Amino acid sequence: MAKGIWVFAEQREGQVKKVSFELLSEGRKVADQLGEELCAVLVGKNVSDLTEAVSAYGPDKIYVIDNDALENYTTDGYTNAVSDLVKKYEPSVLLFGCTVTGRDLSAQVAQRFQTGLMTDCTGMEVVDGQLVFTRPIYAGKAIVKASCPEARPAMATIRPNTFAAVENAKQAEVINVEYGAGDIRQVIKDIIRQVSERPELTEANIIVSGGRGMKGPENFKLLEDLADVLGAAVGASRAAVDAGWVSHSFQVGQTGKTVSPVLYIACGISGAIQHLAGMSSAKCIVAINKDEEANIFKVADYGIVGDLFEVVPILTEELKKIMAS
Amino acid sequence: MKILVCLKQTFDTEAKITLDSNGKIESKGVSMIMNPYDEFAVEEALRIKEKGEGEVTVISVGGQQTQDALRQALAMGADKAVLVDPGEIELDEFSTATVLAKTIGGMEYDIILGGFRAIDDGSAQVVGRVAELLNIPVVNVVTKLEIEGGKALATREVEGGSEVIEVALPAAFTAQKGLNEPRYPSMKGIMKAKKKPMDKKTLADVGLDENQIAAKVKALSFSLPEARQAGKVIPGEAAEAAKELARLLREEAKVI
Ligand SMILES: Cc1cc2nc3c(=O)[nH]c(=O)nc-3n(C[C@H](O)[C@H](O)[C@H](O)COP(=O)(O)OP(=O)(O)OC[C@H]3O[C@@H](n4cnc5c(N)ncnc54)[C@H](O)[C@@H]3O)c2cc1C
Ligand SMILES: Nc1ncnc2c1ncn2[C@@H]1O[C@H](COP(=O)(O)O)[C@@H](O)[C@H]1O
Repeated sequence: MAKGIWVFAEQREGQVKKVSFELLSEGRKVADQLGEELCAVLVGKNVSDLTEAVSAYGPDKIYVIDNDALENYTTDGYTNAVSDLVKKYEPSVLLFGCTVTGRDLSAQVAQRFQTGLMTDCTGMEVVDGQLVFTRPIYAGKAIVKASCPEARPAMATIRPNTFAAVENAKQAEVINVEYGAGDIRQVIKDIIRQVSERPELTEANIIVSGGRGMKGPENFKLLEDLADVLGAAVGASRAAVDAGWVSHSFQVGQTGKTVSPVLYIACGISGAIQHLAGMSSAKCIVAINKDEEANIFKVADYGIVGDLFEVVPILTEELKKIMAS
Repeated sequence: MKILVCLKQTFDTEAKITLDSNGKIESKGVSMIMNPYDEFAVEEALRIKEKGEGEVTVISVGGQQTQDALRQALAMGADKAVLVDPGEIELDEFSTATVLAKTIGGMEYDIILGGFRAIDDGSAQVVGRVAELLNIPVVNVVTKLEIEGGKALATREVEGGSEVIEVALPAAFTAQKGLNEPRYPSMKGIMKAKKKPMDKKTLADVGLDENQIAAKVKALSFSLPEARQAGKVIPGEAAEAAKELARLLREEAKVI
């Protein structure tokens, strides 16, 4: 009998991702409704130190695989580790944050157990004793509700910022499991970090984005200043990326990142359908654009029709005052 | 070097989505394109081939109109196309990957390329699943790929940076934007493509029956999202408006 709602507690360099806490918080609710236990899975090197941080979000148990071979994420290493646990303890549900790692890992584990995986979800609910997931598809132009009724574990990846992370400390039982060596065919030759104080785009609560209206790469400094006041990430439209002003990792949209921040500030972005596809699930959208007919105003909660080169610096100053108060 | 490219035909990014009378996504009358990420995969395959010797085969699971996307790849320069038409059954990523892996299992290959994600109902899992089924390594979201001496060095995008991964071939890779700039098919390429082989198969031809590929995920209902309402445009000169916006974000929207 499969049992347990499991959350993959994603960590990188000794930090558990916020999305994992979000999933544990919401996981607690569905586990209680289904009468199942809530468990976290922690995989890596020296991750035993992280069990306390994970416990704060209320799992009943934490399965830990701590091994030198798992210091850095590799597809095979982590797939082997998580699969060993799944095989041994047979959870009924396995949840991941929809991050680069969550996506990569979940697909491999899902196929190893020949089960279903619903990705990029923005909701989950219990309906007739089944977990039903909400997934935006066709770049958010349609929504499907889906479940994995038979195969186990039922798997899903869930977008960061979908649920609130709510502390609910519990004395979780920690279960250490050996890493059953397996081939790791991906050999990491190099890791290149872009040092940035700013949050990761897909996880950020606030995003300040620029488009063709920024006119050139040097002007992104304006957005960075605004972002720094808000603790925000910086994003961009494809036009800004294609012009070579910022790297593709900044692109928001159908062929860029999908983001659901609390606040999205679009500066000099017209609001093409492919851009909206990546950000229209933001809770609050602000548009600053000099063209009052721009499509972005159709989705914006607040708009300023004006020259961003005038508006943004003043906004930055105003917000600085407000944030300090 | 034998290179296989998994290619999906998807809705055009401009397509308006509606529901049909059964409450499913209406596909009639929608213009279709090659999944944009798969264009990067096709291009990369061609570049690898052009550096040495090789053959590029594009493979798709889909209905007969998927031939258009396959022809486009042939026009870009791919050598052969394989289309597996599973008929009128519901597929999920498990099903699609099973069909692809079964088809590929009977072929020779050194490299499998695909897109990192299909932009329609895609979910960034089909190629990974295929790799798992074929028991070969996968490297996802690749922005640079170098092949040498039976090995590949792949640069992949990760949060906050990138990683360089080495794998031995055969291996699978999924393309991220940045990998290359896909070429447009030339007139000559389009003419040539008409004569290139298009191998059309059924499920039975690849040795599968419907039960073996029954979807694990069941779609329960489809809906269209409520259109976002336009909010307020803040009047006034730049300074005034910016100040008011800052106030509204804190006091009304309570997002900062
Ligand atoms: C297959 C495909 C995939 C795509 N994927 C994506 C994607 O993932 N993400 C994406 O963003 N796009 C994507 N696009 C491109 C998309 O269609 C648009 O071309 C793009 O989003 C436009 O970017 P933009 O809004 O910055 O530029 P524009 O549309 O040129 O808009 C610039 C805006 O800036 C305003 N402006 C100019 N100067 C100022 C100023 N001084 N002050 C204030 N406002 C000013 C203008 O009024 C205008 O509205 C895709 C397209 C295709 C075909
Ligand atoms: N029906 C299909 N036929 C061939 N390749 C596919 C198909 N579906 C998905 N793929 C491949 O898998 C990649 C990821 O798709 P997905 O997992 O659906 O997001 C695509 O970019 C294609 O390379």
